[in-house]
Amino acid sequence: MSLRTTMHAFPTLLRVGFADAVAYRAEMLVWVLSTTMPLVMLALWTTVARDAPVGRYGEPEFVAYFLATFIVRQLTGCWVFWEMTFAIRNGTLALRLLRPIDPLWAYGAEALASMPMRLIVSIPVAAVALEVLGSRGITRDPALWACWVGAITGAWLMTLLVNFIVGCAAFFIESSLKLMDLWLLFFFAFSGYLIPVDLFPHGLRVVADWLPFRFQIGFPVELMTGAHGRSDALRLLGCQWVWIASLFGLTVLTWRLGLKRFAAYGG
Amino acid sequence: MIRVRSLRKHYTVHERAPGMAAAFRSIFRRTKTTVLAVDGIDFDIAAGTRVGFLGPNGAGKTTTLKVLAGLLHPTSGEVTVDGFEPRRRQDAFLQRIMLVLGQKQQLLWDLPPSETFELNRAVYEVPRDQYVATLRELTDLLDLGDLVRKPTRTLSLGERMKCELAAALIHRPKLLFLDEPTIGLDVSMQATVRDFVKRYNERNGATLILTSHYMEDVAQLCPRVIVIDRGTLVYDGSLEALVTKTRPDKRVIFRFSRPVDERDLAALGHVVQHDAGQSTLQIHKDAVNAVVGRALAQLPVSDLTVENPPLEEVMSELFTQGRLREVRRLDRSPA
Repeated sequence: MSLRTTMHAFPTLLRVGFADAVAYRAEMLVWVLSTTMPLVMLALWTTVARDAPVGRYGEPEFVAYFLATFIVRQLTGCWVFWEMTFAIRNGTLALRLLRPIDPLWAYGAEALASMPMRLIVSIPVAAVALEVLGSRGITRDPALWACWVGAITGAWLMTLLVNFIVGCAAFFIESSLKLMDLWLLFFFAFSGYLIPVDLFPHGLRVVADWLPFRFQIGFPVELMTGAHGRSDALRLLGCQWVWIASLFGLTVLTWRLGLKRFAAYGG
Repeated sequence: MIRVRSLRKHYTVHERAPGMAAAFRSIFRRTKTTVLAVDGIDFDIAAGTRVGFLGPNGAGKTTTLKVLAGLLHPTSGEVTVDGFEPRRRQDAFLQRIMLVLGQKQQLLWDLPPSETFELNRAVYEVPRDQYVATLRELTDLLDLGDLVRKPTRTLSLGERMKCELAAALIHRPKLLFLDEPTIGLDVSMQATVRDFVKRYNERNGATLILTSHYMEDVAQLCPRVIVIDRGTLVYDGSLEALVTKTRPDKRVIFRFSRPVDERDLAALGHVVQHDAGQSTLQIHKDAVNAVVGRALAQLPVSDLTVENPPLEEVMSELFTQGRLREVRRLDRSPA
């Protein structure tokens, strides 16, 4: 597919994707409620830290960390694997393949189209956090914020690419939903979503540093909360983009091999 | 336009017997079978023609269509469509074709069809003025009216199919693949879809390939048919010739001025239907003149008509009674 065709169609894909995302208002409300786990963790950990700090985290640090986690999760959430695996199993992917735009671009646009809704949820939280906490616990270094832009974009891309790979797995194993469950198991454990990674015991911390999950949540959160100096931030950003390049390669490979196996069942 | 040589498409599928024990065994060991969905077929289709693919369920018709549309990669063989190799799915190829699947839809379920039209306009890079003109024409021809502004999920099956056709034709494809486009529609809606498709072919010179289990679709739309059975091509020619060779009979319907005994009719031919005022006989086509002559001389005939046997009946006989093997021996004469 030509990039020109894709770029030409992209604004319409985003607009239609947004219209689709807001088609069910009640479902949207339930979805907002379902993304509040970091706020639950915030309540839990601030209670734990009330008597004494845990590592470098006192009450204010936990509040900053989990509010940042909530915002990062909102900005990087993506569930296109669900639609992909369904489309591959029941053959409706055929209808996307008929269009002169790569279905992966279309899925990407749909994931991106839900961003305005996510911003509507996350911006008030960010505003309340700033009002309550001031800028305490949030970095003021513009270089780290520049780095954060790269990190949050990378985190979203990683999540999207993982969704693509799990979706493409349906070409080979027919239903890949459980693969995502497996990924999420490790994601929740090692990403910093439930526990800041720097609170892990040393051995586990080393493992987490070598795994991709931390770069989906923990790393952008750590940048927001000023946990890294500039050189460390750049090094970790480099690591994150190496993961992105690897996941991109794996996506292209599974997609191309998968299409050769696609049976377009039904109708 | 379309050239197919030695096309093969084989699938590997798992097989499992019913029951708990088989389900348990399948966790550890699965029996794989290779299905020869298409097993070496050759044909050519010229630009602007209308061709019907016929065959029993599972014969390989839809698989062939999907290979031609670039959705399936052939196991082996050579396929070119308008100079393109479909499996490469180049933009210029996809701009020229469209596949309408009667049992699947491209319309966005939660949004009005107008959103899908707009999406296709952008994806196929249709200029705005051409889009407006095409949509106006399609709206008139298909009588879409306000349907395009209602969420797709609220439309009836027939309304959805009309919108599906409109969405498929926004970019004016030169080659239209239709897989069971009238499935589930009532008789009047079937006729609407058929008329529309025929007019689209005539106005735009588009090539049309159709599969349908409704013989009326094929009879009305396709001067040429290709019959596929168990993945192989068994007939390529006119529908009329296929029917004549499968069932070389005519139906003669007699109307009588007074009641006639069935035994008198049985002496003339096979009685298909008989009541007091009207009877239908099935007679070999070469014997029609002689039988009609005898009937007029011996019976109180007030009126008569001669027809071909119903297509559905002929095809049913063809597909269910092993007659396809006989058809295989017929001449293959491309129309």
